[in-house]
Amino acid sequence: KQVVLFYRLTKVLISYCFILVIAEMQRGRYAALAIAAVVIVVGIPLWWKTTETYRAWLPFSEISELDSLQLQLSVDIEVVFSRGTLTPEQQKKFPLSHVNQKEHQVDAKTGLRYKYETRYRTATIMEEDALNQPTADLSLHMLSESSCGSVVVYVIPESAALLPEDVKVYVGQRRTALLRSPPFKSSWSLKEVLSNLDMEVEQVVSTMSFSHQDIVAALSDRVRMAKVTKESMADSMRAIKSSPGYEITFSLLNPDPRSHSLHWDIEGAVQSCIQPLLNKLAPIANFSVDSQILYYAVLGVNPRFDNSVSAYTLSADSLSHVINPVEARLGSNAASSNPVLNFLLYVPDSHHSPLFIRDHSKREVPSNAFHSPRWGGIMVYNVNEMYGPEAERPVDININMAKVMGVFLAQLRLMLGVQHTHPPTGFVLQSPGSAGLADWELDRLLWSRSVENIATASTTITSLAQLLDQIGNIVINDNIAQQVSSAVTSLQSAVAELEAGNLAFALQYSREAILASERAFFDPSLLHLLYFPDDQKFAIYIPLFLPMCVPIVLSLLKIVSEAKKKRADKQAKSD
Amino acid sequence: KFSQISRSYDIVCLLGRSYRCKCRPPARDQFQEELVIRPLHSGDIYASFQFRTLWDTDFLQERQKKVSHYRLFPKSLGQVLSKFSVRELHISFTQGFWRTMQWGQPFIPSPPGAELWVWFHHTVSDVDGNWKELTNVLSGIFCASLNFIDMTNTVQPSASFKPLGLGNATDHRFLRYATLPREIVCTENLTPWKKLLPCGSKAGLAVLMKSEKLFHSSFHSQAVHIRPICQDEQCTSKAWELRQTLNVVFDHYTSGQGKKEWSLFKMFSRTLTEACPLASSSKVYVDITDNPELFELSPATHLLSRAVVLGDRRTYSVYDLTRAETFGQLRSFNLLLRWKGDNMLRPLLHAERYVAGFGLQTGEIHTVIYNNHPYRAFPVLLMDSVPWYLQLYVHTLTVTSKSRDNKPSYIHYQPAKDRHRPHLLEMLIQLPPHSMTEVTVQFERALLKWTEYTPDPNHGFYVGSSVVSALVPSMVAMSTNFTQDQPLFSSFVPVKEESSYFVRVYTEPLLVNLPTPDFSMPYNVICLTCTVVAVGYGSFYNLLTRTFQVDEPSPPLAKRLANFIRRIRGVPLLA
Repeated sequence: KQVVLFYRLTKVLISYCFILVIAEMQRGRYAALAIAAVVIVVGIPLWWKTTETYRAWLPFSEISELDSLQLQLSVDIEVVFSRGTLTPEQQKKFPLSHVNQKEHQVDAKTGLRYKYETRYRTATIMEEDALNQPTADLSLHMLSESSCGSVVVYVIPESAALLPEDVKVYVGQRRTALLRSPPFKSSWSLKEVLSNLDMEVEQVVSTMSFSHQDIVAALSDRVRMAKVTKESMADSMRAIKSSPGYEITFSLLNPDPRSHSLHWDIEGAVQSCIQPLLNKLAPIANFSVDSQILYYAVLGVNPRFDNSVSAYTLSADSLSHVINPVEARLGSNAASSNPVLNFLLYVPDSHHSPLFIRDHSKREVPSNAFHSPRWGGIMVYNVNEMYGPEAERPVDININMAKVMGVFLAQLRLMLGVQHTHPPTGFVLQSPGSAGLADWELDRLLWSRSVENIATASTTITSLAQLLDQIGNIVINDNIAQQVSSAVTSLQSAVAELEAGNLAFALQYSREAILASERAFFDPSLLHLLYFPDDQKFAIYIPLFLPMCVPIVLSLLKIVSEAKKKRADKQAKSD
Repeated sequence: KFSQISRSYDIVCLLGRSYRCKCRPPARDQFQEELVIRPLHSGDIYASFQFRTLWDTDFLQERQKKVSHYRLFPKSLGQVLSKFSVRELHISFTQGFWRTMQWGQPFIPSPPGAELWVWFHHTVSDVDGNWKELTNVLSGIFCASLNFIDMTNTVQPSASFKPLGLGNATDHRFLRYATLPREIVCTENLTPWKKLLPCGSKAGLAVLMKSEKLFHSSFHSQAVHIRPICQDEQCTSKAWELRQTLNVVFDHYTSGQGKKEWSLFKMFSRTLTEACPLASSSKVYVDITDNPELFELSPATHLLSRAVVLGDRRTYSVYDLTRAETFGQLRSFNLLLRWKGDNMLRPLLHAERYVAGFGLQTGEIHTVIYNNHPYRAFPVLLMDSVPWYLQLYVHTLTVTSKSRDNKPSYIHYQPAKDRHRPHLLEMLIQLPPHSMTEVTVQFERALLKWTEYTPDPNHGFYVGSSVVSALVPSMVAMSTNFTQDQPLFSSFVPVKEESSYFVRVYTEPLLVNLPTPDFSMPYNVICLTCTVVAVGYGSFYNLLTRTFQVDEPSPPLAKRLANFIRRIRGVPLLA
C-alpha cells in the first residue's frame, strides 16, 4: 500500500514538475515579450526625445503658398477732359469708370496681373483755370494732392497753345501728365472716343508708374531671365540692390598734397544738392552721407600721354582697372553693414595733369567722369589751369562743388535705379528740379522696389524653409520662428496692399518682410554645428544597441517560430 | 566690374553763399608727428613715434548733426566713436615685455598682448551691448582677435583707470577694461594702424615703419588713444585728440655683433627725406642727457630742448623736419650715434609677478612691487583681473613689506562668477621707502568643460598683467603749464602737481597650467558606458527570460548496475 502511495505521489510529482517546467517556459516567454515591449514603448521614445533637437513650429504651409507668387498691381488712373475736347453730348455720360486687367505668367511659379482702374471726368472750373496758366503743372498740383502711385492725365484740346507744336504728352514734376487729344470726330460716341484714347493713356501710365519690363527686371531674384535685351540688363545691373539702408561716401583723392592743398565745401554741397534727393527717397531706405579726404591715393592705371592734345588720357578699356587699388584705401563703414556707394573726386597730381577720360570712340567725355555699376562713380578734376608754373607750393585750390555735385547726382540717380527712361516720341519729361527727383519717378522706384523686396523676401523665406526642412538636425529657436512668421505676415500684407493699390504701405511692409527674413536667414544660431552624419552617430551607439537588440530580436524570433509550430501541431491534431 | 562713362546731369543745385566767398576759415584739424630716440643704458635703443591729430569737433552730438565729413581724422575711427558714443578709447597691441629694471619707464606703458579700455558717454544705456559690438568692430579695423573679449575677461576697475582727457567721470559703470595677454602682434596689425595716418606710410616719419625691421626687435608696442582734450589753458574750446604711438626697442648690441653703433638706416633700413606735408610740426628728438660721456651724435644740431619727463630733467637734440636744412645736401636725413661707455639707472617704481606652488590643484600668485626711492613713501593702486577658472581665496590675501604686514587702505574686490565674469581685485597700498612689497593670494584651479579649453590647452592659460598705477614723487619740479608746442611724448598724461608724476607699470602676464583631460575622453566614456550597460542588461535579460528546470539526476552507478541485473532477471526495477 505504501509502495502504491509512493508510486502515485511520484507520478503526481513528476507531472507537477512537468507543468512547472511548462509554466516556467511560459514565464520566460512573457518576460522576453515584456522586455521587448518596454524597450519599444519606453526606451525608444525616451532615446528619441532626449536626443531630439529643438525645432520651433514654422508656418510651412503658408511659406509654400508664397512659393508660387501671384502679384497684382493696381493703379488708379484719372483721365480729366478739359473744355473743348468733348462735345456736350459726349460729356453727358460722365463720370464713368472702367477697369482694365492684364495678366502675364512670368514663369511657372510667378504670375503678374496689372489692374488699371480708370476714372473719366471733366475738368472742374478751377482746373480749367489752372490749365490756362503757363505753369500748369504746379498749379494743378496745388489743387489736389494725388496719392502715391496714382496718375492723373489731363486731356487738352488738340489746338491748345500750352504745349509746343510737336509735343504730344508732357509729364510734369508731380503725378500729372498733359495729353494732347488726338483728333476726335464729333459724331463718335463716347465709347469710341475713349477706346481711341486708351492707347495713349496706357503709354503715359507705363512711363509714369511702371512698365512690364521694369517689373520683370525687379523679379530677377525669383525668375531666371532668358529673354532680356542687353539694354535692360545693363539698366538692372547698374542699379544697386534693394537694401534697408545705404551709405554714401564722397572721397577726395589728393595724390600730391605737397603741391596741391585742396579745399572742398562738401558739407554745404551735400546739404544743398544731395540732401533734398535723399529726403525724397526717405520712404525707400535710410541714407547716411559722409566724406573723407585721402592723401597719396593713386589710381591703379598709369595714364597715357597724348601728344596731339598734350594731355594725359585714360581710355575706356583701362577704367575697370582703376578702382581696385583705390578701394583698399577707402575703407568700409565700420559701423554698419549697409552697401556703400562710393563717389571719388580724383585730382591728378601736377605731373599727370591734365587728365581726361576717353570713351570707346576715343572722344573726350565732357563730364570727365565714369561710374562702375553698383559701386559708385569717379570724377577726374583737373586743377592745372588754376595756377601758374611759378606758384608757391602747395597751391591752395577751391573746388567748384556745383560742377562736381552735378555729376555725382546724376551717377547717384543711376545707382538708385531712377532710370533715364527713353520716353516714347512726342513725350516731354519735365526735369526734376531742385528736389532731384520727380514724384512720378519716386513712384516708379516704389513700384519696382516693392516688387523686388517681395520677390527677394519670398525667395529668402522659401529657401530658408527648404533648408530647415532638409536638414533635420538644425535647431530652430523661438526667435527664428518668430522672425519667419513676422516675415510671412508682412509679405502677405505687402501683397495685399499692392493689390489694393496702397503703394506706400506695400513698400513699408515689403521692407519689414525683407528685414525679418534676412534676420532669420542669417541668424547665428542656425550656424551652430549640431549636424553630425547619421552613420557616425550610429557607430557611437553600436556598443549599446547591438548587445541590447540581438537577444530581444532572437527571443522574439523564437517565440514566433514556437507559436507557428504550436499552431501547426493544433491543426494536425484537429485534422 | 565694368565701367561706364557717365554723362553729367544738369541740375540746379541751390548752392549757398559759401562758394562766392573766397575767404576760408582756418583748418579745424591739425596733425603733428614726432620721433623720440632714447639710447638706453643697457645698450638698446628705444624709439618712440607719436602722431597726433587734433580736431575741434564733437562726435557725441545728436543724430541730426552727425559729424560725417573727415579731413585728417580717419573716417573709420570717427564713425566708431559716434556710433558707440565713446568718450575715451585706449587700445594697445604689444609684442614683448617692457623691462622696467633695465630700460626705465616708457613714455606710454602697455602690457604684453592687447589691451583695450573704453569710457562710454553717460547717455549710453546698454553699455555691455555697446562694448560687445565695439570690440567686434575694432577687431575688424585692426585685424586683431579683439572679438574674443567678452564678459568673462572684462572688468570695471573702480579706481585704476580714470579718464585721461577732459571731464571727471567717476562712475565706473561706463568704463570697460579688458586684456588679451595671448594676442600676438604682427604685420597685419601694423598695416591698418598705418592706414589711419593722413600721410599713410608714404611721407613723413611713417616711412621708417618697415615691418620686417620693427618686428625684429626686443619690444614692439603700437597704440591708439582717443580722448577729448582742451585746446588751450583756459579750456575755452574742446577738441578730440587721436594719438597714435608706436614704441620699439632695438637690441643693437646683439644684432650689431657687439658694435655699439647705430643709425636711422641701420634701425629702420630707411632714411628720412621729407616731413609729411600735412603735418604742422614734424620733429625728431634724441635724448642727449648723458652726452657727451656716453655717446656721440652726428649730424650735430644746435637746437636743444629741455623737458621734465617722468620726474627727470632731460635734454634733447631736436631735428625739425619741416626745415629744408635738416636734410642737408643729400636731401636725406640719417642720424648716427656711437657709444662710449655705460652706466645703469634704477627706476623708482617697478613690479613683477609670478605663480608659485606645485601640482595642478592649488597655487599662489605673488606680485612684488619695488619702491626704490631712498626716503619717500608713496601709495600705489594695484589692479588684478584674474579669470574665473582660477578661484581666488581672498582670505589668504597678504600684503607684506619689509617682512611686516602692510594693510591696504582700500580694497575693492568683485568675486568672479563662473563662466560670466572674472575676479577684480583693486587695492591701495602704501609703499615704504626703499622697500619691496609682496602681495600674495592663493587660488584653486577649476576644471573646465571640455569645449571650454583653448586649441592648445597644454600650453597653459594666460592671466593678464596686473596694473600698478601711482603718483611717484619727482626728483625735480614738474611744470604744470599747458603749452601747445610741448613735445608730444611729455604731454600724454596731464601733470596736476609739481612734485609728483603719474606712472603706470604693467607686470608680466602669467601662464598657468590647468588640469587638462584627454580629449578623446567623451568617445571613450560613451563606449565604456554603453558596454557596461550592455553587459548588465545582458545578464539581467538572461535571468528574466531563461527557463530553469530541474534536471533528472542520473542514478548512481550501483543502482544502474542493480537495475541492469534486475532487468535480466525479470524482477521489477528500482525506482
